[in-house]
Amino acid sequence: MSTVPTPPPALAYRVRGPSAGGDNPRRFWNLARTLAATDWKVRFYDSVLGYVWTLLRPLLLFGIVYFVFTYVVKAGAGVEFYGVMLLLGMIFHFFFAEVTAGGVTSMVDRESLLRKVGFPRAVVPLSVALVAAMNLVLNLVVLAVFVVGSGVSARWEWLLLPIPLALLLAFSTGLAMLLSALYVPYRDVRPIWEVVLQALFYATPILYPIELLAAHSPTLAKIALMNPVAALIQESRHLLVGAPSLTEALGSTVLVAAPLAIGIGMTVLGFSVFDRMAPRAAEEL
Amino acid sequence: MTGQPAGDVAVKVDGVHKAFRLPKEQVHTLKERVLHPLRRQRFETLHALRDVSFEVRAGEVFGIVGRNGSGKSTLMKCLAGIYQSDGGEMWLRGRMAPFIELGVGFNPDLTAHDNVLINAVMLGLSPDEARKRYSSILDFAELHDFAELKLKNYSSGMQVRLAFSVMVHVDADLLLIDEVLAVGDAAFQQKCYDVLNRLRDEGKTILLVTHDMSQVQRFCDRALLLERGELQAIGDCETVSRRYTQVNFAVPEYTGEDGEAEIEEGEEGEDAQVVEVWAQDGVGQRGAAIIQGASNALMMRVFFRRGARDPVFSFWLSDEKHRRVLAVTSEHDVGPSGVFKPGEQVIAGASFDNWLAPGRYAVTAQVSYRGTGDRIMALAEDAGSMIVTGARPGGGIVDLPHAFFVQKLDSKHPAAQAVEPAAG
Repeated sequence: MSTVPTPPPALAYRVRGPSAGGDNPRRFWNLARTLAATDWKVRFYDSVLGYVWTLLRPLLLFGIVYFVFTYVVKAGAGVEFYGVMLLLGMIFHFFFAEVTAGGVTSMVDRESLLRKVGFPRAVVPLSVALVAAMNLVLNLVVLAVFVVGSGVSARWEWLLLPIPLALLLAFSTGLAMLLSALYVPYRDVRPIWEVVLQALFYATPILYPIELLAAHSPTLAKIALMNPVAALIQESRHLLVGAPSLTEALGSTVLVAAPLAIGIGMTVLGFSVFDRMAPRAAEEL
Repeated sequence: MTGQPAGDVAVKVDGVHKAFRLPKEQVHTLKERVLHPLRRQRFETLHALRDVSFEVRAGEVFGIVGRNGSGKSTLMKCLAGIYQSDGGEMWLRGRMAPFIELGVGFNPDLTAHDNVLINAVMLGLSPDEARKRYSSILDFAELHDFAELKLKNYSSGMQVRLAFSVMVHVDADLLLIDEVLAVGDAAFQQKCYDVLNRLRDEGKTILLVTHDMSQVQRFCDRALLLERGELQAIGDCETVSRRYTQVNFAVPEYTGEDGEAEIEEGEEGEDAQVVEVWAQDGVGQRGAAIIQGASNALMMRVFFRRGARDPVFSFWLSDEKHRRVLAVTSEHDVGPSGVFKPGEQVIAGASFDNWLAPGRYAVTAQVSYRGTGDRIMALAEDAGSMIVTGARPGGGIVDLPHAFFVQKLDSKHPAAQAVEPAAG
């Protein structure tokens, strides 16, 4: 460091106060990835297997569910590539659950940062989504191995898989932002969301193929597919192993617009609610 | 004077207003909302800043002083982009780094390396810049040997050193410092001052928030005084310091019910008011750092709203870990303190030789009615502060005067034979 006085920069800028996104995308990204990287590190400190747990935990759970639903309950009996479809459903749902459940408390968890430094507020829920996304990528590698091992033949539709993944990421993040903003004044959001997630795990065709529900009640199957996550799982299963597409499962092209609209609507709502809360976040925590 | 500030102005604050809405009853759950849908939440509006305007020239060290709750921290947080101001404009020139607290984002489970990275990025560096400066940061903090240690295994002094070192390396043109210097031992505080002086020489603009007038006079080129959110004075340190004394040590006028809520941190008693609390050294210098072992006194000035016979005056000191290290009352030392009429003012003090460990202490003063001491007339919690400096931080709460001796025993001494190891 020199002791030569540095001349002040020519242009002054106006302090706009805190906001969700800030006006410097580079700083936003730097903050989000630094927070995510530390979260990732902290999570596996002091565990011998470290990162392996990220993979092992869902895989063990998958193993149990696969055994129970193939040999005991026989929900997957006779369904082609049931294992692949089950694993895909679980990975999608776990990602969704990780982003939203982590998102709920994220603003409150980061209170000390929010009250001491001015930075774009959306960094906080976004860093949660980033950590979950790293997890998701690792899990998808496992899924890929499993797909090859199960003897699924390559399909050109695989190239389209990034689309539902991107939509899942956007929807989960939007919802996480909504929940994190609501949690600041209303602490009930957390227990409510825990129950909702539990319910969604069963209401989403994860453990069972959608045909099983449709055979039971076609209306219920349609309602289940209104859930954007369920719709994305269904469409991804179609792209991956040729399960019925979302259009086929819903029985009409028009109906596909419903989960899409719900998903986009919730995402936009999440962003806008968060955007309105962001300037006052520090004082209301 | 709206719009872009003139060329040599680094900070321009123009008519800034900030109010907080404080709910009168906290509604925290949906259930309460559902059960009482018609009950409108009532808010108290607290004006933390009222129409504050000032300019700071580039390269100035500028003090922002005021008592607890005067709005100085709010002003800082508005400038730092943490709070949204309700009105007015603020302009800054150059990269700004806020130091509201040392070590923002520190995580005890991570190593120094990771913590430096988070902290530096929070303060405005890019991860690349932070990595490049990492070695220099560790050098400055003198912590190279402990780089791979988790932060929770650091002593608090080491953590402060690390945090401060990051702050120095952030390289901002404009520093907002909120009483950060009040932490650490005397040697560390000296280092802080040295660094601040160097930053000043480098032409940085520094805004220093403090309630310690001696810090302002030691350091600042100019200062402003806030009181109840309003700008009371701005100018050279002498003027502001004089005004500070006038404002804070004025006789409070008792006007009955106050129309508006003010931020007062525990200074409003029912029947009396502790107007001021301070520590002074042996020659009566207020706010001076007390050299360990020297005589000093805790002082309070009290304004009685109601009459009282033989009220009890007490002080207690708590250290940075909120441990109460000293409590003294007039009851034991003075006995009956006399009769006081409404409107009378009193100065009460307790002097002692200060053998406390070096550090910063908060002074609480209380006046209570005669008796068990639970009928409080006035209480001013942590209203004053006292800094003790000393050359030998021993790690204890006190460092009582003592003599240490080491003596070799010759082998014929009966005590030496008694402790002779059996195997020897």
